Amino acid sequence: MARLIRSEKEVEGRYEEVWTLVEEDALDQWSAGPGAVVGRDAPRLDGYEKARGEARYTGDIKLSGMLESALLRSPYARARVAKIDLAAAAAAPGVFAVIGPGEVWGVDEEVHFEGGAVAGIAAETLAQARAAVELIEIEWEELEPLLDADEAVKRGSTIQDSRSYERGDYEQGLAQAEAVVEAEYTTQTLNHNPLETHQCVCEWRGDSLDVYVSTQYIWGLRRDLAEKLDLPQDKVRVICEFMGGGFGAKNGIGNYLLLAAELAKRTRRPVRCALSRREENVVGGNRNATRQRVTAAARADGTLTALGGEYTCALGWEGWLPPTAGPVQLLYACENVKTVEHGAKLNIPPMAAFRAPGFVEGTWSLECVLDKLAAQLGVDPLELRKLNYAHADTMDGRPFSSKNLMECYRRAEPHWERRHEVRARSDEIWKRGIGMASQSWYGGGGPPSYAWVRLGSDGRANVVTAMQDIGTGTRTAMAMIAAEELGLPLDRVEVQIGDSARGPFASISGGSSTLPSMGPAVRSAAADAARQVVELAAQRFEREEGTLALQGGNIVCSDGGSWPLEEITALLDDGQILGKGARGPNPAGMRVLTFGIQLAEVAVDVGTGEVRVEKIVAIHDVGRVINPLGARSQIEGGVIQALGHTFSEHRLDDPRTGTVLTKTLDAYKLPTIADVPEIVCDLVDEPDTHLTNLGSKGLGEPPIVPTAAAIANAIRDATGADVTSLPITREEILRALREADAKTKRKEPVAAGTS
Amino acid sequence: MPSLRVNGHDHTFDAPVGQTLAETLRDDLGLTGTKIACGEGHCGACTVQLDGIPVLSCITLVHTVGEREVTTIEGLKDHPLVDAFVRTDALQCGFCTPGQIVSAAALVASSPSPSSDEIKHRMAGNLCRCGTYPRIEEAISSWQG
Repeated sequence: MARLIRSEKEVEGRYEEVWTLVEEDALDQWSAGPGAVVGRDAPRLDGYEKARGEARYTGDIKLSGMLESALLRSPYARARVAKIDLAAAAAAPGVFAVIGPGEVWGVDEEVHFEGGAVAGIAAETLAQARAAVELIEIEWEELEPLLDADEAVKRGSTIQDSRSYERGDYEQGLAQAEAVVEAEYTTQTLNHNPLETHQCVCEWRGDSLDVYVSTQYIWGLRRDLAEKLDLPQDKVRVICEFMGGGFGAKNGIGNYLLLAAELAKRTRRPVRCALSRREENVVGGNRNATRQRVTAAARADGTLTALGGEYTCALGWEGWLPPTAGPVQLLYACENVKTVEHGAKLNIPPMAAFRAPGFVEGTWSLECVLDKLAAQLGVDPLELRKLNYAHADTMDGRPFSSKNLMECYRRAEPHWERRHEVRARSDEIWKRGIGMASQSWYGGGGPPSYAWVRLGSDGRANVVTAMQDIGTGTRTAMAMIAAEELGLPLDRVEVQIGDSARGPFASISGGSSTLPSMGPAVRSAAADAARQVVELAAQRFEREEGTLALQGGNIVCSDGGSWPLEEITALLDDGQILGKGARGPNPAGMRVLTFGIQLAEVAVDVGTGEVRVEKIVAIHDVGRVINPLGARSQIEGGVIQALGHTFSEHRLDDPRTGTVLTKTLDAYKLPTIADVPEIVCDLVDEPDTHLTNLGSKGLGEPPIVPTAAAIANAIRDATGADVTSLPITREEILRALREADAKTKRKEPVAAGTS
Repeated sequence: MPSLRVNGHDHTFDAPVGQTLAETLRDDLGLTGTKIACGEGHCGACTVQLDGIPVLSCITLVHTVGEREVTTIEGLKDHPLVDAFVRTDALQCGFCTPGQIVSAAALVASSPSPSSDEIKHRMAGNLCRCGTYPRIEEAISSWQG
């Protein structure tokens, strides 16, 4: 039975107390280790469709009479439309409708960042729509943009109030310390750049709207579109069968959707709106730049006495303040912690959640400063991390639902032990070293999440839920979970997702929450279907229900009887068994987090500043692993994205005008196959028995969190140089080398090879 | 009317000057396996082969193709690389995958047992934002099973 509880809901580090409808989760945890299907490598169910180019993405949808659209966007960071004349555009060849400022949500006369939309046009072809945009006669009144984050904070131009946190007595913690390290770190603006840009096709059918869209949250989009269009939610259908990546950029609504919906309404035709790559690089969302001042203080033995951080985030015109101070607050047991975070509201394009927002930036500075502290004290950095291990939640003392970070540390030991051998391979030019960084992040998911499992007369199962698979392989994971519970081979399970009209509510694919939210719901739906099979089988075969179970495609009895599942399902004729399942509540009074450590082996050319990453070892604790093959892909993918963040990716803004200089994929440098080092993946794979009937946490985000800091610490290990800004360019390496050199000459201690 | 030979079939097409091969394949012939991700030749998602040579169809004008045979992912559905990509999990969101396989098919045609360096060199023009690169290398290294 469903009941209402007051519970803590977490999305990417943002907690709120809400009333939540939950259903009891009565299933016992599966035993640890591989089952018949779960815990064993499984290629993706949709692998062939994707590999053969048959998977239909939003851009592949072509509806009868469909029009294309294009937007007029501001070339200025801050400006007002002084005069606009749409007549010539409206009369251009192929044009069906033109929308001007103020006619649709998010399309306004005043723009607050480059790329702000002021008009939209629907035409028969994309070329015609774009040509017509050029015919819009517009006069801009340029306004002075606010571009400096510190200046914005000083002037009170912020998104949300600054966020302060303190526990213990920070000043006293500093006073007790033997060593105090304080340093400033910066991180750059980063673009998600999913290979499929933001796009949609909107089609009105009567007074209902169908929206084909590349989204990470079908149901959130349905809700927000309905609200903005003043429609009942069931009049909006959101469809996303396949999507070409999101990484957080596609969590929410965008004005291009409202524009397409309005153009479709006016023209009575389906309308596509797809961002170009250049538009994507401006308004597609970004990981905000930061400036951080972080302090770590410890006693002589390495026990932390104080941790502090001040963070300024350049958020852009809209967005939210990500938990950049999160790592300082919760990664280590430290009694005295003080942080403050500022979110500058600027005339640059709005940030969006990007794979572990805040924690990627905050872990970079914390884990660098911690290694500097270890070096100063002459304490082994791995020992320092063990010494300050948090056995309970650092914020409020709650127990963890599960935490195997110490096991990750234990598994890190042999890799860390290699440092002597790696350093010994240094020569005059190439200096080699190893560094490490720990990681924590959320990823517990939560209710509400629902799934159905249909069992047909042919003895095959179909998981139905209106969730999305953004490329992480959740579609396959759901099939594996259902197969395990139903005792079916994986090839007898299908999965239907991606359509709000064809399945129950499903949660967002963000915050590493899809698997931990949806997986338990799918398992309970499969269990419900299995119970119904057993009830029928008990009657048909005249056995006690308690003696029957589903296994290997059969109904088996403890007395040795065994019947193919189809013997029961065939009795349904064309009917089906429908199992329903819901995600149970999160464990009360417990903190749910994910953990890990990564080690990097690097070689640094001290003459040119070139860095070669030779190996990354990623050891993570995310509870039970459903599909080891897919999990390994997630880890590698996270590490590779982190390598881009660390070395090459940088959205450059013109500091005078606030316009984006890196709008193309040759200017914004994503990692290529040639940039990838050896990546060793190691998952602890210990079910979190308190969390859900599945014991799995999310894995999408954790692997991207510690990589940059591990690399920076390896560079210090190799050369003694402290890099402090991302991306780590050759200039930054050479600057840090000169700084280290100057310190040595002043006979100050340097970090290299202290342990 | 000009014609185009695609995956062993002849098609006539009617395209304005300046139309790209990618647009013709996707919009006129309905071959949507070829993806457009940047539209300016930077990412490799639109890769097709012309007489076996990988080219970026989003910056190839359709009127310049002439007699050359176009091979798209639809013409490579039974290529052993498809199995290899699926088996090794060399795809995540899948948007770059057709382009990866078309490039990889040209690679293994000219070099059936490519070295790691060769794979990295020949595949560096195909971006994958999900980061499937290690799996792609494994798929290509083991494409013959």
